[in-house]
Parts: sequence; C-alpha cells; structure tokens
Amino acid sequence: MSTSNLLHAASFLFGSLFVGSVFAQHGSDALDPASEAIVHAIESDSEAPELIAEEVEHNGVKFNAGKLIMDHIGDEHGWHLWGHTTLPLPVILYNTERGFSVFSSSHFDHGHKTYGGYMLHEGSVVAVNAADGTDVHHATIDEAATKATWDISITKNVVSLFISLGILLFVFISVAKAYTRRAGQAPTGIQNLLEPIILFVRDDVAKSAIGPKYMKYMPYLLTAFFFIFLNNLMGLVPFFPGGANLTGNIAVTLVLALITFIIVTVNGNKHYWGHILAMPGVPGWVLAILTPVEILGMFLKPFVLMIRLFANITAGHIIALSFFSLIFVFGETSTGAGLGVGVFSLAFTIFMTMLELLVAFIQAYVFTFLSAMYIGAAVEEPYHH
Amino acid sequence: MLLASLVQPSFGLIFWMTLSFLAVLYILAKFAWKPILNGLKEREASIADALDEARKAREEMAALNARNEDLMREAREEREVLLKEARDIRDKEIAGAKAKAKAEGDALLARAREDIRNEKNAAITEMKNQVAELSILVAEQILKTKLGDPAAQQSLVNKVMAEAEARKS
Repeated sequence: MSTSNLLHAASFLFGSLFVGSVFAQHGSDALDPASEAIVHAIESDSEAPELIAEEVEHNGVKFNAGKLIMDHIGDEHGWHLWGHTTLPLPVILYNTERGFSVFSSSHFDHGHKTYGGYMLHEGSVVAVNAADGTDVHHATIDEAATKATWDISITKNVVSLFISLGILLFVFISVAKAYTRRAGQAPTGIQNLLEPIILFVRDDVAKSAIGPKYMKYMPYLLTAFFFIFLNNLMGLVPFFPGGANLTGNIAVTLVLALITFIIVTVNGNKHYWGHILAMPGVPGWVLAILTPVEILGMFLKPFVLMIRLFANITAGHIIALSFFSLIFVFGETSTGAGLGVGVFSLAFTIFMTMLELLVAFIQAYVFTFLSAMYIGAAVEEPYHH
Repeated sequence: MLLASLVQPSFGLIFWMTLSFLAVLYILAKFAWKPILNGLKEREASIADALDEARKAREEMAALNARNEDLMREAREEREVLLKEARDIRDKEIAGAKAKAKAEGDALLARAREDIRNEKNAAITEMKNQVAELSILVAEQILKTKLGDPAAQQSLVNKVMAEAEARKS
C-alpha cells in the first residue's frame, strides 16, 4: 500500500521535473519547439548517424572529430537531440550577490546569446555584465561574479541521472512487490531476469568480500551496482534518453566513491584503525613510514575507484566514437573513401559496442566488488591465530 | 580546455547526484531491497526446509517399507505355522475317524459272526434233536415190524452180542 503511494509520489516528482523544464521557458517562443522536441524524441529512433552527418553539412565547416567526441562524452545545458533540435533544460544558478536565477537553456541560443547576466563559455555558465540577448562575442566575462556563481542547472547528465534513477525506482519497487505478492514462489518475468544478478551481488560480491555482516551493506552495494550497470548500458544507446555519458562523468564517480569512502570510514572498527595508524608487530621507525602510507592508501582506494570507472567508460566511448568519426574524416576527402572506411568503421564500432556491453557489466561488478572489499577490510574482526 | 573540463567534476552534477542518489538509495533500501532480500531469504529457507522434509519423508518411507516387509515376513511365517497346524489337526482327525470306523466295523463283524455261530449251533442242535426224534421214530417203527417174531429177536440179540463182543476185544 505505502509502496504504491510512494511510487506514485516518485513518478509525480519525476514527471514534474520535466514539466518544470517546460514551464521554465514560459513566456518565450521556445515552448512549442520544446514540446515538439519531446514528441520527436519519442518518435525518433536511430537518428544518431544522421545527427553527425547533419552537423557536418549544416555547419559547413571542417568536420572536427575531437569536438564531436568531447561534446558527446561531456555535459551540456539542454539536450542536443539531432540537427538543430535541442531539448531545452532548466538552468538554475545561485549567485551570492544576484541570488537565484532559473530560466530555460534555450535563452542562451546554443551558447550564442547572453541571458539574465549569464552566458555559456566553453560549455559552462559564466557571469557577464551585458543586456539579455547580446551576442557572446560582444560580452566580457565577469570573473568575480563567475566565481560567486554556483551552477546547479538540470543539465543533460542530470536529466539522464533522474531518468536512470526513475527506472531503478520503478523496476525494483515493482520487483519488490512481486516478492511480497508471490512470496515463496518461483520468480517470473523481470523478477526472474534480475534475481540472478541480485543473487550474484549478494553471494559473490557482498558475502565473499564482507563476510557475516554483509546484510547491512547490501542496499548500497545493490543500488551502486544497478546504478552503474544501468547507466553504462544507457550510455551505449546513442539517442535520447540514452547517450549521456553519466558513469563516464567524474562528478558521478566521485560521489559514488565518496559514499564508499564514508561507509568504510564510519564503519571501520578498532582492528581496521589499528592497522592503519599503528600496524601491530611493526617496529616504531618503520611505522613512521608505514602509517603515512596507510593513511594515504585510505584516500587512494576511493580515488582509484573514482578514476577507474570514469576512465573505463569514457575511454570506451572515445574509442567507439573515434571509429565512427573516421567515416566522416575520410568522407570529407571523397564520398567513396567515406563509404569504404564506413564498412570497417561500422564493424569496429559494433565490435567496440559489444565490448562495451561486457565492460558495462565488468565495471559495475568491479566497482561494487572493490567497495565490498574495502568495507570488508573495515569491518573484519581480528583473526585469531 | 575541453579535456580539462572532463576531469573537473562540476558542482551542479555533484549536487544533484548526491541528493538524488542518496534519496533513491534510501527509498530502494526501504521499499525494494528489504522485501527483495527478505523474500529471497525466506524462499531459500523454505526450499531448504522442503528439501529437508522430503529427505526425512523418504527416510521414513524407507523405514516404513522395512517394517512392512518385516510384518509381511512375520505374517507369512505365522500363516505357515497355522497351515501346518491345520494340516496336522486334519490328519489326526482323519486318522482318528478311520480308526474309530474300523473298530466299529470290526465290532459289528464280530457280533455278526457270533450271531451266525449261535444260529448255526442252534440249527445244528435242532437238527440233532429232530434226527434223534426221527431215528427213534424210525427205529420204533422198524423194531415194531422186525421184532414181531421171536426168531428174528433172537438173531438180533445174537448179532448185537456178537458186535459188542467184537468191540470189546
């Protein structure tokens, strides 16, 4: 009963975020394109190849593979769907002097114009002192005001984050319902699909790495695993609502690694701290070297956790997109060369995507398993010889 | 510059990620993971119980079968004994009846023989008596006729005397 209410509340909240993004542009003429964009986004399928081709055509400038790749793995204000169609997203800024500013990203006109005293500079919002709608080339950046600005906009990655979390909530709460409704019976449908993975995380990750106290950490490990796995997979889908490189974003991996670090540090027992601060059975002068190393290790572990996931996913995206860009790089010299290379590029891209499917699981597993290992080391009871 | 922004975590994303991830973590922990993990645990326990019970039931069945066989064997043995007793009794009965019938028959025969002998003796005695009577009657008649004249009597006396004499010597 309460679960279904909560689910409704969550979906309402989730939906209202989108509605909010549409309302944010109330008063501007971008309302209709925005709703059109949503409709198109739902109708559109594999528009991604055309997207790049159109870009090349419309811009009329030389194809820039580096920029294309960076645009795809980076974040953006507004979600570029295809061609000139962008889903505008709310820009939320807090300036210590100017206060809160909330407006649609469409006001920036793809980074060409200023709005509300802000503009886009190399993908990030900077403060300016210019009237609304001034061309960015005529505006100068107000460094002091930029420093005082906190950007908590709903960017492409944030929307992707909400979508993935919404999916997680929906899927697992319905699976949980299946467990209570059909208690003690054989699993069916999606429950059957996810149960082996849940059991895998429980038995092969948590139980084997943490030991008897694993149950307490299961919620975090399961959430982290499915969050990373889902977003890795969504990152492989080239069009909306996939396509955002969320698990390849360092801010996301930072938060995940930080949570692991906090869990480890908060739950560390006497045995764990004893081994970090004063390794038993080690002479004093060695401790002078060992203790700083151990303390450094304490921070290095989550740091490596953060870098590993970020680098693996980003690298995979860069490689797949590089192969893809080859088509257009060669296509610029001659259409024939583009088509010829296209066959091989496509084969390689498919191969890379297959590999990424594997990596999607492996990285989710590695992150969860290492988190479990660190937690296991922190809560391990002293071994009596 | 773009590459630098790639490894520089943006504040906005950290903010939203922390907020929403922790919220989802809390919601899932309470409404998804708890029932799922409990459900899994309960099901595993029930399966383990069921397997255990099945094993126990099998063992009980085996024990029951063994006992059944014992019972069957005992029953068979008992039947054998009963049959044997019955056969013995029957044989004895038959033998007894035969002996009794034989004895009765013998007794009857003996009585019949006795009767026959008695009848015979009686008949013989009667016949003797009748022969004696007839002989006396005949002898009387003969004597009446033959010894009418004295000469004939004398010759007879002589003859009898002579025979008695002959028998004496």
